[in-house]
Amino acid sequence: MRALTTFSRIIRTGMVNFVRNLWLAIAAMAIMIITLTIILFSVIVNATFNNTVQQITSKIDVSMFLKDAVTQAQTQTLISQLKALPGVQSVQYLSKAQALALYESQNAGNEQLLQAIDETDNPLPATVNIKPKSLNDIDSIRSFVDEPAIVKLQSDPASDSGDRREAIAKITHATNILRRVGAGAVVVFAVISVLIIFNTIQMAIFNRRDELQIMRLLGASTSYIRGPFVVETIIYGLLSAVASVLIINAIFVTASSSLQATSFGLLDISYSQSFFQNHYWQLLTIQLALGIFIGAASSMIATRRYLKFKTPKR
Amino acid sequence: MILLDRVTKTYNKNLGPALDRISLHVEPKEFVIIVGQSGAGKSTLLKLLTREERPTSGKIIVGGIDYDRLRDRDIPLLRRKIGVVFQDFKLLPNRTVFENIAFALEIVGVSTREINSTVPKVLDIVNLKGKEKRMPMELSGGERQRVAIARAIVRQPKVLIADEPTGNLDPKHAWDVIRVLEKVNKYGTTVLLTTHNQDVVNRLKRRVVTIDHGRIASDKARANYTSATIAVDIAAKAANKQ
Repeated sequence: MRALTTFSRIIRTGMVNFVRNLWLAIAAMAIMIITLTIILFSVIVNATFNNTVQQITSKIDVSMFLKDAVTQAQTQTLISQLKALPGVQSVQYLSKAQALALYESQNAGNEQLLQAIDETDNPLPATVNIKPKSLNDIDSIRSFVDEPAIVKLQSDPASDSGDRREAIAKITHATNILRRVGAGAVVVFAVISVLIIFNTIQMAIFNRRDELQIMRLLGASTSYIRGPFVVETIIYGLLSAVASVLIINAIFVTASSSLQATSFGLLDISYSQSFFQNHYWQLLTIQLALGIFIGAASSMIATRRYLKFKTPKR
Repeated sequence: MILLDRVTKTYNKNLGPALDRISLHVEPKEFVIIVGQSGAGKSTLLKLLTREERPTSGKIIVGGIDYDRLRDRDIPLLRRKIGVVFQDFKLLPNRTVFENIAFALEIVGVSTREINSTVPKVLDIVNLKGKEKRMPMELSGGERQRVAIARAIVRQPKVLIADEPTGNLDPKHAWDVIRVLEKVNKYGTTVLLTTHNQDVVNRLKRRVVTIDHGRIASDKARANYTSATIAVDIAAKAANKQ
């Protein structure tokens, strides 16, 4: 009961202090909002770039066409050999019938073509589609596929999307650079703002150092003095987190409505927007957690200096 | 209640000790006035009692607590047992009179209901009824000092230490403060008052300890108390404990 009374007092005092020191709070929160907004923005940009690269790489594959004479057992061995290759992401097998079905659905509008195929015995070979983990893995897969023993199984030479490779490589390279620059910027901004927040809180505490000393002299315990400060800065964090989410929201609304932009350079804005909307609650939770962490950590460190007992050695 | 045995405090070795082998014994419910020039060592003595400073050597026991055995994290507990009135009041500037007094109770976890019933009683003792909602800035010096006293006594400490509580006050307000201290003492609190107000000393007719250059120059009313008798005292206490 007593602990509960004390706890609720700490919370209440923190809230009262927040209101009473509103100007300092606004200063600290401004910095915090900027930091959290930058972090949130970079999270979204990163996800967008990830998506772009993923979409590009998902279009790369190596296709093998198997002779009709290849038995089921041979096919299974081939697939497991392929799966064992280090550069392989996934292997997809299409039987003759499946290949035909796919072909038919892809050419659904072309009646003549479909009719022509219908009249012959299924001309399509069974197909093995191999997805490499990355662009650079195409070569190693290719060399396996072109081994004489494997070539024997194939009706036609394997095809790969190597011709698009150069263009894809350029885009991947560019997004990687952008991503790295972005990550660097986040780290730099985060460090700067943590320092500024830390300073602001220390300033708030410095302004109230007499108060802290009085509390000390009256026999207040360390946690009782520190508690309200921590509560106060956690409030900063919570409000700043909400603000940062609102700001990002506003940016996307402006970008899509008034600018009517769907992409900015390599940044696919429409994907960013849908990512933001789909992960709204997760992002908000992350921001709140970050805000609480930054606020609590800075005030914990900042109060420590003023709460030490003066106990020089004899 | 308060026991100092050959206590020495040296801040700076080149300047000599601020307190030099002070021995003092204050009985429970006693009212002791400590006088001395500025820089005589009065404030140092009080800071040692509240554990704002540690003695360079010597023994301090207050209310049965041996300061040698006191750990840092127990200091708050010690301070809750001693009421202190500071010369510069040390009120929390952004809290009302009521909140300032209530604060002393809040930090020890007293329930709100109890606070609401105790604080008015204490305000009554220091004659500040009706000023609960004032901020310290809106009060006169004497009123502020009485708020400080109210805050110091609200937890009913065994010992009340008042450091020049009349130092910044005109004679009329000074006497208001002194009367409150006498009242508190009558209720059974040991009071330790430092002052250099000769008028207060003469009219109170209490035990007066004079400190000069860090030493006890005189201890009227009980001048025969020496460090030898205190040593016997400590031995007796130790024997009692066993």
